[in-house]
Amino acid sequence: MKEEFKVISRFIEEKSRVLDVGCGDGILMEYLSKNKVVDVRGLEISKEKVKKCLSKGLAVIEGDAENDLKQFPDLSFDYVILSQTLQAFMSPEKVIENLLRVGKKVIVTIPNFGHWKVRLDLLLKGEMPVTKNLPHQWYNTPNLHMCTIQDFYNFCNNKEINIYKTISLNGEKISNISNSNLKYKNLISELGIFLLEK
Amino acid sequence: MKSILIEKTLKLDCGKEISNFPLAYETYGNLNEKKDNAILIFHALTGDQYASGINPITKKEGWWNYAVGPGKSFDTNKFFIICANVIGGCMGSYGPGTIDPLTNKPIGTNFPVITINDMVNAQYNLLDYFKIEKLFAVAGGSMGGMQVLQFVSNFPNKARVALPIACTASHSAQNIAFNELGRQAIMSDSNWKEGLYDEKSTNPDKGLAVARMAAHITYLSKQGLQEKFGRNLQERSDLKFGFDADFQIESYLRYQGSVFVDRFDANSYLYITRAMDYFDLTKQFSGNLSKAFKDTKTKFFIISFTSDWLYPTSENKDIVIALNAIGADVGFVEIKTDKGHDSFLLDVPDFLSTIKNYLNTTYSNINERRI
Repeated sequence: MKEEFKVISRFIEEKSRVLDVGCGDGILMEYLSKNKVVDVRGLEISKEKVKKCLSKGLAVIEGDAENDLKQFPDLSFDYVILSQTLQAFMSPEKVIENLLRVGKKVIVTIPNFGHWKVRLDLLLKGEMPVTKNLPHQWYNTPNLHMCTIQDFYNFCNNKEINIYKTISLNGEKISNISNSNLKYKNLISELGIFLLEK
Repeated sequence: MKSILIEKTLKLDCGKEISNFPLAYETYGNLNEKKDNAILIFHALTGDQYASGINPITKKEGWWNYAVGPGKSFDTNKFFIICANVIGGCMGSYGPGTIDPLTNKPIGTNFPVITINDMVNAQYNLLDYFKIEKLFAVAGGSMGGMQVLQFVSNFPNKARVALPIACTASHSAQNIAFNELGRQAIMSDSNWKEGLYDEKSTNPDKGLAVARMAAHITYLSKQGLQEKFGRNLQERSDLKFGFDADFQIESYLRYQGSVFVDRFDANSYLYITRAMDYFDLTKQFSGNLSKAFKDTKTKFFIISFTSDWLYPTSENKDIVIALNAIGADVGFVEIKTDKGHDSFLLDVPDFLSTIKNYLNTTYSNINERRI
């Protein structure tokens, strides 16, 4: 299982209710239900991936976060997870609002557009960055709203969203992000993992 | 033909009471010692208890032969499958074709109007008969799916898994309209005689065949029909400028109508379509479908098909939404196919394999947890 999921599962307390938005093949869901005894549900847009999840007996429904989150009642989950898909929504702002409505705590992972390789691509080559975490070209990328760890920090501050904890992931290196090292971590992190609360 | 005699009184939704009536059923596979591997399958409008193998009456394949059998979606090497003929039906269960001992004639339209709720309550007696405390699953498509929903609502703790397929919680105006078209075709046949026909030769076969033809169109998609038949002509090279079956689609529908009347009773068609029309689980719970499943711990897996316009994805999704609103355990997928509503009866590999894996994994997960 990838490092990101290990970090996420460390955030989650046992016997809680979890919604994995954009659960993909259900790898994290399987891990959580086996190791954390959580009651876990998934939402996934791809039919193929939904079928894979259901074949594993996972409670996954086909749908997308922008239209199908509204069916879940307020605070009906202890944790809602959104892994590396925020940037692909038409309105990330509304999705975050909905995640915070449905979940008591929200875990969001963002691919960091502030990483030095990304900055260097644009600075030196003058081209839109193509990296391991952002493999698409500008004309076929599903990523409509890229942001940096710093941007997401600012967004949460403006919206008065509490950031409980932020983890930086650089390859397999895991470290904490705090106000004091934010500028530096924004330069060296490939992913930022945020634990949020309204 | 296997059947149980239900001695105790069943109070029907219409207010009448019935007792000492037969319920015909068939089983596939074996009930294990723990009695935890039973699956109750509900049939659709024109189905019967013969889901798998060769139907001994019609000598044709069972209606869910693609899904039920050794190694199939409902694996009879693993599960004990029970399927009953609904009351109101015409394959051995109490219905309008049952002979009234007083008159020695079929009950006909003196049979009480029944509902999906009545059908399910009658079939619940099978659990007592087989001494099954809790079913592993209840499953069915179309009207079978409606019975699944009603069953879980009536008996919230009697099935671990529920599989409502291509169905609805509330029969739509369009559904009712098509059913009414079929009923009118039957009732306008002069052989119908207010439902009191009793000789084989004077059955309202023409009306019933038309009803079947109309219904059959609703089970297919426009694209499916176009691809299969297009404007192909039936055993002729040119149009004949008459009203014979010039087109293959006409010939196909006529054939579907003609074989149907051999195996189905016209009055049963009236009663069962009526039961479907009356089905409105949302209304039963004063407009809040979530309340229908309030106490359930059942794990739901809901399936719809992209080309099903009779019970479209949106109506299946309404059930998903109602279940999510109460935090029930629910999975949902829309299967991509151009085979229309009939998809659940056909060889749609994605559909069949997903059910198989879901049931097998869930069954072993439940057993692991118990150890």
